[in-house]
Amino acid sequence: MTVSVSIEGVSKHFDEHCALKELDANIRGGRLTGLVGPDGAGKTTLMRLLAGLMSVDTGSLKIDGRELGPHTSDIHQLTGYMPQRFGLYEDLTVLENLKLYADLRGLDRRMTSGLFERLLHFTGLGSFTDRLAGNLSGGMKQKLGLACALMARPQLLLLDEPSVGVDPVSRQDLWDMVQELAGEGMAVVWSTAYLDEAERCDEVLLLEESELVYCGAPADLTRRLQGRSYLAKNLGGDRRLWLTRALELPSVRDGVIQGAAVRLVLGRDGSLDEISGLVESVGGRLEAVAPRFEDAFIDLLGGGPDGHSAIAEKMEPVEQARDIMVECRDLSKHFGDFTATDGISFSVHKGEILGLLGPNGAGKSTTFKMLCGLLKPSSGVAEVVGLDLRHSPSTAKLQLGYMAQKFSLYGLMSVQQNLEFFSGVYGLRGKLRRDRIQEMIDTFELQPYLAESPENLPLGFKQRMALACALMHRPSVLFLDEPTSGVDPVTRREFWTHITGLVAKGVTVLVTTHFMDEAEYCDRVALVNRGQLIALDSPDALKASAACAALPDPTMEDAFIRLIEAQEPPSEHAA
Amino acid sequence: MLYRLQMSVVKEILSLLRDPASRRLLIGAPILQTLVFSTAATLEVSNADVALLNQDAGRWSYEYVARVIGARFVDEIVIVQSMEEMTELIDRRQVLIGLHLQADFSRDVEAGRPASVQVILDGRRANAAQVASGYLAEISATLGVELEQRDGVSARGSPGVELRHWFNPNLHFRWFIVTSLSALLTMMLTLVTTSLSIAQERELGTFDQVLVSPLNSAEIIISKTVPGLMVGVFVGLLIVLIAVYGFGVPLTSNPLLLFASLLLFLFSVVGLGLAISAFCQTQQQAILGVFIGTIPMILISGFMTPVENMPVWLQVAAELSPLKHMLIIIQGCFLKSWGVAEIWPHAWPMLLIALVTLSFATVVVKSRLE
Amino acid sequence: MSRVSKTAVLLRRMAALTRKESIQILRDPSSLVIAFVLPPILLFLFAFAVSLDVKHVPFAVVLEGNGVKAHSLAAAYSATPYLDVVPVRDRRIGRELLTRGVVDGFVVIPQDFDERVLNQVPGAAIQVITDGSKPNSANFTAAYAEGVFQIWLRGEAGAAVAPRIDQRQRVWFNPELESRRVLLPGAIAIVMTMIGTLLTSLVVAREWERGTMEALMSTPPSMLEIIISKLLPYFALGLIATLGCVLMAVFLFSVPLQGSLIAVLLLSSVFLVPALGQGLLISTLAKNQFVAAQAAIFSGFMPAFLLSGFIYEIDSMPTLVQWITQVVPARYFVSSLQTVFLTGDVWAQFRWDMFAMLCVGALFFSITLANSHKRLD
Repeated sequence: MTVSVSIEGVSKHFDEHCALKELDANIRGGRLTGLVGPDGAGKTTLMRLLAGLMSVDTGSLKIDGRELGPHTSDIHQLTGYMPQRFGLYEDLTVLENLKLYADLRGLDRRMTSGLFERLLHFTGLGSFTDRLAGNLSGGMKQKLGLACALMARPQLLLLDEPSVGVDPVSRQDLWDMVQELAGEGMAVVWSTAYLDEAERCDEVLLLEESELVYCGAPADLTRRLQGRSYLAKNLGGDRRLWLTRALELPSVRDGVIQGAAVRLVLGRDGSLDEISGLVESVGGRLEAVAPRFEDAFIDLLGGGPDGHSAIAEKMEPVEQARDIMVECRDLSKHFGDFTATDGISFSVHKGEILGLLGPNGAGKSTTFKMLCGLLKPSSGVAEVVGLDLRHSPSTAKLQLGYMAQKFSLYGLMSVQQNLEFFSGVYGLRGKLRRDRIQEMIDTFELQPYLAESPENLPLGFKQRMALACALMHRPSVLFLDEPTSGVDPVTRREFWTHITGLVAKGVTVLVTTHFMDEAEYCDRVALVNRGQLIALDSPDALKASAACAALPDPTMEDAFIRLIEAQEPPSEHAA
Repeated sequence: MLYRLQMSVVKEILSLLRDPASRRLLIGAPILQTLVFSTAATLEVSNADVALLNQDAGRWSYEYVARVIGARFVDEIVIVQSMEEMTELIDRRQVLIGLHLQADFSRDVEAGRPASVQVILDGRRANAAQVASGYLAEISATLGVELEQRDGVSARGSPGVELRHWFNPNLHFRWFIVTSLSALLTMMLTLVTTSLSIAQERELGTFDQVLVSPLNSAEIIISKTVPGLMVGVFVGLLIVLIAVYGFGVPLTSNPLLLFASLLLFLFSVVGLGLAISAFCQTQQQAILGVFIGTIPMILISGFMTPVENMPVWLQVAAELSPLKHMLIIIQGCFLKSWGVAEIWPHAWPMLLIALVTLSFATVVVKSRLE
Repeated sequence: MSRVSKTAVLLRRMAALTRKESIQILRDPSSLVIAFVLPPILLFLFAFAVSLDVKHVPFAVVLEGNGVKAHSLAAAYSATPYLDVVPVRDRRIGRELLTRGVVDGFVVIPQDFDERVLNQVPGAAIQVITDGSKPNSANFTAAYAEGVFQIWLRGEAGAAVAPRIDQRQRVWFNPELESRRVLLPGAIAIVMTMIGTLLTSLVVAREWERGTMEALMSTPPSMLEIIISKLLPYFALGLIATLGCVLMAVFLFSVPLQGSLIAVLLLSSVFLVPALGQGLLISTLAKNQFVAAQAAIFSGFMPAFLLSGFIYEIDSMPTLVQWITQVVPARYFVSSLQTVFLTGDVWAQFRWDMFAMLCVGALFFSITLANSHKRLD
């Protein structure tokens, strides 16, 4: 039996603000429906309406012809909802969390032990039943959250950005699980900022500014882009610089770095002439490739940002004689018995982007914090510009720009005041300070938000704000800790435009990320697993090393999963 | 370095004042509390209800009862007919005092014999009952003296006592409470603000951002003392103003001396707050930590009951509480025209507490940074 | 689904929520500290530190006269156990000591004292000065100082002249007027307020902050079920803490328990209704833990301290403040607890107090329910 959910003319307002406008769509059982769109498009509101946490202003939601809303008597039997920050109790163990949600859903106790076994096996959490949920890694938490939401075998499963902050391996596990459920006839709605995920859904709902702009199979949308996607290879010199120039062309709609190559999307009527001219000018080669869902998504939203970073253009080139800007040698950190990092060594050269990748809990953040001087290494050396930041004078810290995982701005001060604080703390004063602040305001279009608290900003602007605060003092080294987690693709492109621009001026960047398309932007990628450095090479070389007969042209994600799994038996990778 | 410090001080001030809810709380709560608590907290007795069992029909019992009714502390007299009825009223806490005049009261008075009045006090309200019983004793004594004079027993009078209350001649209890509240409420607010400010940054993740900036740990600690000091100075001065202009408490010392002592007091309190927050990871722990620290400090400070009443070892412990010293200084400055010489013996312990706690906090925070 | 099984499901859900909350309490050291470490400290301090029984008043005797009578009076002052006497010869030193706060009062026995007493000169023979900046101590000091003189005077007159009106005082329920016996029950009310109001407001605010409330709301239990089962463990925690306090009060600090333990537990249970209701109300209205904590201190803890009548008499407060105390649940609890400890089971009083507490509780809960619906929108 398959269910079907119909959404007819649904609108929802919060005070003045319209969150959903006249939405019409169908969600069918047995299929995976992706919910995508920029931040603030109304995805979470739609989820909450479907979960019966709020009621619609106008229109109707029906499941198998029955009204769906807060007053539906068996709404909780019909739907399973996993909110963005899933409500796991961190001070309860895995099993206690499961039991709690089983009891809340009124499951027959005779059945639960079998059910738990299946769910635990399904989620690979079987050996962690006694661990506190707070001590699980991000990916394991999401799996446990999924298990809790699945408890009642709902007909409609709602997952709100289940893969934010989850590493590719766990993401793959999660995906397989959900796929299996949809196969049983359940209707699954999966909202996501990862477009490769959306591409694999049976159907997508694309929301923009509270309206539904596309509804149907992702392939149908992708097909519209037929013949407009190209890969420019053998670009010689600096591919990032080349991308900037390509994006200037009016016929180019979108472009991203893909390892040593550049992927381009032409406009609807764009001719190939301009771009082939540009490719030939550097002696490269242009290759037509199949379009991706991401290409179509960006196209539908009006194309990607142009390749200019106003902030990078204004910046003076970094003057630094040394070549090695960041270095760690035999860096280890132990927390009690637990070894977080174990003898990690690498160095980052001036003007290089080094990506630090790895599963959740592999030791990326620990390495990061030791380099920034936030944590004391148990042994080994961590140096930035040849200095140990824990002991170096305050002026040494002027070399460093830092953007934390959670956007760490002062919510109790306005945007303007935050800018003033961070510029002041880094010693800027007088006219220089005013100029730099104004520059940031202009570049990042912060003007309308100056009096607001950073907390009330849309996610994309929060992220711009955080970058602005990290850049005002013109650091020569930039540390970015999952800077784009949960941010939509358009904003992420813009973010990387700035980063590539800065690197061109000689800034050195160390970045951690779970987005594999971002890893493609890096010059080199360091892969960390279980506290050890297991690979350090360029993205293309990593991909090549993972190639095999079955998969001759692996993606970065394939390479990641393969390299991690090569290190441990697959059954254990949940650890 | 000074410039960086100035920046982070400005930051602290702005974060403190941005949130309207905490702004309202910071201004409204102290005013409201000063008004309510200073009028509420009094050890004087008024509006007391009295049960009367009068078995004497004579003139003198009426005279006595009339004086009791006329007394300022009495609100209502409940006439009862039997001892059982009186017991019932006292048991149910409906009266504070039971008065029993026996049948031979007037007869004894006329005969010049001591006439006895039986006063029953509710021991559950020990303090009020004692005070009220004192008032009644005065009534009895006055009537007794008048009787003696009427009978010509002591025509010449006898040597008496000249009683004077210095500094507060009419013994306004409010003068004591409102000045004490200025230290007590200031301490509570300052402690909560200070101890939460580090925990809050830790929870929000902004602490890391500050640690990677050029600010060093001494600068961080110094700027963290600012919100507490600001709140403290503001609330302290506000309550002092309410005391002077709202309740008419005379401020007899140089106001600058009082202000200087307030600053010293606040430094010691901020030091305690930082020491508490250095141990705490979350806001909840910080709040509960403040509670566990302050309640004993209030109880042994002499605010509720005199320090002299406590066992000696607790009196020694009280020396460690800045609140105890500040209460003494505040009373001295307000009512006793204290100068530097009188203030100093109570000021240096606060200075010492401030130095110890602040350097302790710096050491702990610094070791946490590394 | 039949009726019976519906109830069974309901009970099971609530049991699950309650169990969850209990596990959280047991794993969080700070709630255990509030429930089990703070109460003994508080009781201990109320037993030893806070005493309204004024003894050992520091007092200066300024002996300016050199006569026999003057020396005899000075000796009488030194002999009383209520005063700790500092003998001085000059009234300027007395003044100095008083101003510096070394003594709470002093008596001046002037040079012509012997003459005045021998000749029965009317008017003041001695001067008693107290420190008015501490009004309560001043009253006691004055009473002691005058009392000593009156008794000495009667002793001098030889045969004791009985006063014409002989006021005989009997103190019921607490014959020695020991303030500890009165204060300890009040301290229990404060402990209960901390657990009921402060702790509850913090944990519910935390549930919203961490987003677990949203997940709970997407499961079958209604808001009412969630709230009730969330409060039950704190209810139990409160009762256990009370029981501990009562045992300590009786066995450690020898406060007699005249009434029954059942009455104590019943009263405490009823008191927890408004106390928990207040905590819940605060957490519904406050946006974060900072505001919740401040609000809990100012609307729960301080009133329980100052407006509940356990130190400061409610009848003596201004009418407006007396009205405010009507909604301070601790007020009813304190008065009933003092009764059950010192008097016994006076159900006539308990009935009324419990009724009042339930009314206040109903008020808090209904405001909470009216406000909690809007939370997610």
